[in-house]
Amino acid sequence: MELKDKLVSSYVAFENRVETDSEVHEIRSKALQNFEALGFPTKKLEAWKYTSLNAVLKQDYSLFPNKENNIQLADVKKYFIHDIDAYKLVFIDGKYSSFLSETTHDTFDVCLMSAALVKPKYKAVIENYFDKITTKDNLTSLNTAYASEGAYIHIPRNVEVEKPIQIINFITGSEAATLLQPRNLIVVEQNAHVQIIERNQSLTSNPVLTNSVTEVFAAKDATVDIYKIQNDDENASLVDNSYIEQKSNSIVSVHTFSFGGNITRNNLNFFQRGEHIDSILKGITIIEGKQHVDHHTLVHHIAPNCESHQDYKGIFDERATGVFNGKVIVEKEAQKTNAYQKNNNVLVSDKATINAKPQLEIFADDVKCSHGCTIGQLDEDALFYMQQRGIPKKEGKALLMYAFANTVLESVKIPEVKQRITKLIAKKLGVDIGFDL
Amino acid sequence: MLKIENLHASIEDKSILKGLSLEVKAGEVHAIMGPNGAGKSTLANIIAGKEEYEVTEGNIQLNGEDIGELAPEERAHNGVFLSFQYPVEIPGVSVTNFIKTAINETRKAKGLEDMPAKDMLKMIREKSELLEIDRKFLSRSLNEGFSGGEKKRNEIFQMAMLAPKLAILDETDSGLDIDALRIVANGVNKLKSKDNAVIVITHYQRLLDYIVPDFVHVLHDGKIVKSGDASLALELEAKGYDWIKQELV
Repeated sequence: MELKDKLVSSYVAFENRVETDSEVHEIRSKALQNFEALGFPTKKLEAWKYTSLNAVLKQDYSLFPNKENNIQLADVKKYFIHDIDAYKLVFIDGKYSSFLSETTHDTFDVCLMSAALVKPKYKAVIENYFDKITTKDNLTSLNTAYASEGAYIHIPRNVEVEKPIQIINFITGSEAATLLQPRNLIVVEQNAHVQIIERNQSLTSNPVLTNSVTEVFAAKDATVDIYKIQNDDENASLVDNSYIEQKSNSIVSVHTFSFGGNITRNNLNFFQRGEHIDSILKGITIIEGKQHVDHHTLVHHIAPNCESHQDYKGIFDERATGVFNGKVIVEKEAQKTNAYQKNNNVLVSDKATINAKPQLEIFADDVKCSHGCTIGQLDEDALFYMQQRGIPKKEGKALLMYAFANTVLESVKIPEVKQRITKLIAKKLGVDIGFDL
Repeated sequence: MLKIENLHASIEDKSILKGLSLEVKAGEVHAIMGPNGAGKSTLANIIAGKEEYEVTEGNIQLNGEDIGELAPEERAHNGVFLSFQYPVEIPGVSVTNFIKTAINETRKAKGLEDMPAKDMLKMIREKSELLEIDRKFLSRSLNEGFSGGEKKRNEIFQMAMLAPKLAILDETDSGLDIDALRIVANGVNKLKSKDNAVIVITHYQRLLDYIVPDFVHVLHDGKIVKSGDASLALELEAKGYDWIKQELV
């Protein structure tokens, strides 16, 4: 059976398995109808022109992994940023692992979507926020239809969460192929502050497809920093759909580090509903082999006096392919917008590909919008210069690439995250140097 | 230390060096002068191992060993240093980190541990003082936005840090005002010893007032056509290069 048919026909069984609030039920049913009408994205869609899911969708995915799988902390510790004190929300094959997690209901909620969707205590928040800012596209609809588990984070007014929250999805792959659809909701109230680190990690070489949806609401004066670490097994694919709504004076940053996986697609959408908002979108992609990373960003400037800063760096070796599609919409009302977009790429091999497309739609007349996109090779003169000073070619290349990507790391606020990313980059580039620039 | 015999080299089938021989012994300073296009920078780059050039005949020996097949970094590890005519800008890599990496990679090649951070800092402080380099300068991206003088001072700073056996200064005087020239020359002179050697490539006599050569060679059309002592440089300054070209006819 085709995956689409399987998903549509399994829906009733799914609904029977989970507890459901009637409103959530309605949202889910509509989403399923939507998905049924739209089907999976194909290359005929402009937004999917350069990313084909065909091969990925041919797998016979298990939709509801049956077995409870336990994993030992020692085996997976390396996937955490373990040298910092943090809250942890850990899921194994889509099921919450209380053993590996560390949650809280103290002054704020770091807990489970499954609880939030059904418990009366959370009803008002779910009504106000669940599925409110998503685009009703095919994959988001599919996720909504099956939304049942994920992270639910609610930070009340004026609360500054003192330690970061790590959200990790492990896939054990005891089933032949696993489809996973985490659903996260992050509500950050006025003047609150939170830092979140996300990771999806396959522990198997069996195929995995993760189709996640995260909604983030940043109220007035809120600050939210999100770090996405994408360094997965080569048989694991990810579609990350993130939707962020910001109110006045809020600052939200998303850093995406894409170092591995089969096909990785990031749909990162920012909606600015208020003035003096700052949205920061940054990414480093370093891939090789036949890996594919696609960044589709959208910043929707709706109100005046706001800023957005995009900085995406890509390094592509061997036959790796990349896509950057950066869309900025500046509405007529959004005067004095300052929108900045930068996308720089290095093709290390002749066989690597990048499809880069800045897309600016500007309807206001008093704005500053700049964009720059480059595709180049490593500077041979710089390499010779480094070699002349005793730095071997491989290390010299690594140093150049690290320096190239470093503008993205400069805005990482958690030192341990920065260190980890630095180490991952060194590992990716096969060198043993510290890069302590 | 350095022995070049009958060196022929070309780039993209264009012949540039046409039978160049040169011997430099430890403790000596050699100046190589000559008009534009004579092959001075090519010679420097070939000694340093730049791959674009093809050596078609002859050989280069360093301390008795043929270095023709060595990669640029291996030549550097063996003590060859080239002060570039146009130092490359490397955004995102600070002067300090660059030189630390260079020193530790050189040590690694010799089977040594990384230099302890304390020693490194001490040496950086000493050598930057020698070249009158401001502390703030060291945390800037390598050569990015540096003035001509800053770039050249930074080259000699790196030379001081790496303590090479054979230093080749490729037009280190170009773009320097008289104060920077004095600082750079002073730095080079302090680093000179009976165990190392310096090759100064220059157009003008000016630098040689400060770094006094034991030998002066005139490079013309890919060959050394005249050699002499320091007085040859003065003669060239006074008469230009034309009289040498005429002598050749």
